[in-house]
Amino acid sequence: MIYLALAGVLFVIGLHGLFLAGHPLRKILSLNVLSAAVFLLLVALAREADPLDAVPHAIVLTGIVVSVSATAVALVLLVRLSPPKRDSKEVTRKEGR
Amino acid sequence: MGGVVLVFDVLLAAALIWLAWQATHTPGLFRAVISFIIFGLLMALAWVRLEAPDIALAEAAIGAGATGALLLSALGRLAVTDEAGTPWQERADLTFWIPAGLALLGLLTLAAWYLPSPGLGQEVQASLPDSGVQNPVTAVLLNFRAFDTLLEIGVLLLATIAIWSLGPMPMPGAQAIISPVLPALGRILFPMFALVSIYLLWRGSHAPGGAFSAGAVIGAGGILSILAGARPWLTGSAYGPWRVLLSLGLSAMLAVALGVIVLGQPFFAYPTHLAGTIVLLLELAAGLSIAMSLVALYLAGQPPTHWDGESLRQ
Repeated sequence: MIYLALAGVLFVIGLHGLFLAGHPLRKILSLNVLSAAVFLLLVALAREADPLDAVPHAIVLTGIVVSVSATAVALVLLVRLSPPKRDSKEVTRKEGR
Repeated sequence: MGGVVLVFDVLLAAALIWLAWQATHTPGLFRAVISFIIFGLLMALAWVRLEAPDIALAEAAIGAGATGALLLSALGRLAVTDEAGTPWQERADLTFWIPAGLALLGLLTLAAWYLPSPGLGQEVQASLPDSGVQNPVTAVLLNFRAFDTLLEIGVLLLATIAIWSLGPMPMPGAQAIISPVLPALGRILFPMFALVSIYLLWRGSHAPGGAFSAGAVIGAGGILSILAGARPWLTGSAYGPWRVLLSLGLSAMLAVALGVIVLGQPFFAYPTHLAGTIVLLLELAAGLSIAMSLVALYLAGQPPTHWDGESLRQ
């Protein structure tokens, strides 16, 4: 029962972060928290069954691999879209001008 | 005993909520990423408590290991890494999100309450002898619901293609501290990674383990070797056709799915006497593909076909 409640709380935290976060990396992290909450809900429900339900376990395993692929693509897109990293010296010189 | 377990569960839940909050709301991207990696590790503990050791193994290797490496390498390439965090203290936020959050929680609990609780556990147990393996999760993944796994390996290959199509891989910069320990450690540890992953793969047929954890462990070993300066020989023909391994899982699963039709079976229905062998071969192919794809995802671009010099960091 604790884990069902935990899944709900994590879901709300992840959803709030996904909607309101300013930085795209933060949105990706929020999305991951959100998916962890959904996985937790599925497995917590599977545990209530007797005998243990193996189908949600397999779905969650698949989901973890799919979410790491999606995260990787999102991160690469984010890095390619953001301005290139400059040396810190260069930045201070420009700001000082 | 029950009291101790309850205290442990409550502490774990509190730590997970705090880490999730750190990862999504507190200022500072570096802190957020580190919090998320620890969140993944503690999630693995939660999976153990929920009697899902297969997911715990995969989460520890993929969720905390591979995702952590991906996040940190992306963070290192971003120009701006300090930001103010997610706003949440304004009145409009509080007046909307607290009732909305509580309503959502209530609805979720209600929905969970009304879901049919018996699930498919009985059916899986009943058909387990026909599946060729004794571990119900492996049976579902690679026999009963093999179609899902086929699509999932497809997603992994698609992600690799998407990332490679975005351009050549960025070369890692010079190391801040030149250390002889990292390459040596990478060389010594990689056989251990390979050994553990072969063990997990073999174990998958009768106990928690299997292609996912095995692939993730050897993929993590590959990422460590690249960090230590190894060259990713994924493209070009100078070092052999390694990139074929990327699509091996998908092509093997498709071949089996269509091959059984020739044997007079429906799509993806294995003949019972061959099921064990087929599942083991598919696990091997899928595990290799998952490992190679994780390394390819980590590279964040297409590696060059020719390498000059001995290693990335010389």
